Amino acid sequence: MIALLIRDLRLAVRAGGGFGLGLAFFLIVVVLVPFAVGPRADLHRVIAPGVLWLGALLACLLSLDRIFALDHEDGSLDLLATAPLPLEALTCIKALAHWLTTGLPLVLAAPVLGVLMNLPAPGYVPLILSLALGTPALSVIGTFGAALTVGVRRGGLLMSLLVLPLYVPTLIFGAEAARRGADGLSYSTPLIMLAGITCGTIALLPFASAAVVRVNLR
Amino acid sequence: MASLWEYANPRKFIATSDRVLPWVGAGALVSLTVGLIWGFFFTPEDYRQGASVKIIYLHVPAALMAINAWLMMLVASLIWIVRRHHVSALAARAAAPVGAVMTVIALVTGALWGQPIWGTWWVWDPRLTSFLILFLFYLGYIALWSAIEDGDTAADLTSVLCLVGSVFALLSRYAVLFWNQGLHQGASLSLDKKENVADVFYLPLLVCIAGFVLLFVALVLMRTQTEIRARRMRALLARERML
Repeated sequence: MIALLIRDLRLAVRAGGGFGLGLAFFLIVVVLVPFAVGPRADLHRVIAPGVLWLGALLACLLSLDRIFALDHEDGSLDLLATAPLPLEALTCIKALAHWLTTGLPLVLAAPVLGVLMNLPAPGYVPLILSLALGTPALSVIGTFGAALTVGVRRGGLLMSLLVLPLYVPTLIFGAEAARRGADGLSYSTPLIMLAGITCGTIALLPFASAAVVRVNLR
Repeated sequence: MASLWEYANPRKFIATSDRVLPWVGAGALVSLTVGLIWGFFFTPEDYRQGASVKIIYLHVPAALMAINAWLMMLVASLIWIVRRHHVSALAARAAAPVGAVMTVIALVTGALWGQPIWGTWWVWDPRLTSFLILFLFYLGYIALWSAIEDGDTAADLTSVLCLVGSVFALLSRYAVLFWNQGLHQGASLSLDKKENVADVFYLPLLVCIAGFVLLFVALVLMRTQTEIRARRMRALLARERML
């Protein structure tokens, strides 16, 4: 398992692996929003948590089709499926590798971009907490979406359509926690709900992803 | 001993549904005609909403069927996963576009109703939002069916999507409640509550709901038959090519 994780991480970090892609996209979204809405600091302060969450979600979505597509093309997915490692563990590792290369950098970059968006001072801790708790769910759900569309040629659009409604609860609770934090309110309730969603998806969705991969490799 | 699973045989299914379809179709036609004409022309206008209250005879049954169609797909997907009856998978496939259209009807009539009453076409109210999400689920489900060529693979994948999607649709339904109560009223049609719609509106509404249910059943039966026949055609063509 660890060897597989290291392999996936290496592949992602190498040129063309899409490691920087999500991060760059996140940066672009957050930098372009002020140009689009105008240089009004009061407005930025209000929309900052939402924009940061949305940027992180879209950046996650962008790199999802890399999870299985390349392995499926060169046949290494078939080898991995016949390996003694259960497919459930394989999908967990894939999701973890995706989170380490996409979700974690986003969490670390978010406070810096928060400065650009005039995020109020009490908003930083809840923003980082909610992103740190929420992005694993995004990766796990995304792995399920990628597994569903692995057999479809150019399934990127289809996958976005499938994953979009699945992302809604995570986005609602995550952005709500960040927003309440930025407004100086108590944010523990949405944060707990977010943690619940993350734990639930990590516990259950790898089974669905593995079942789907099995169908697609049949 | 007759069992429910006999209808999993495509031949038996087509024979039975051929016999049932005219009755269901006629029932849908009659109850929709009666219900809508009764509702549109022979009920009083609401004292505050005026004539716009009459859109209820389309809005409520369509919304009801939008949810029930998804439930029916969920049951059919479960049957496909557990017992692998092809008719079940095809019925789920046949129900999806019907359910999606019901969702659109509910959303559009809701917007038309909301404009004069609430003063806006659309609000991000919990009920409205969860219907929009349901519509997205329908779109994704239909798209996945049409994207995959092999029938059994598509049936397997869409069944898993339907199961996972149901959980997430429920989650979203309660997540959006987190914002606020919204503009949409709570449930005002239930069997055990004192606060219901007045009887003058209630009875034609019931007829309309019955009409929508029958219409849904008729459409799904018809579309399932089409799917079965299309699959037979493909099998025959493939066999001819082999010879």
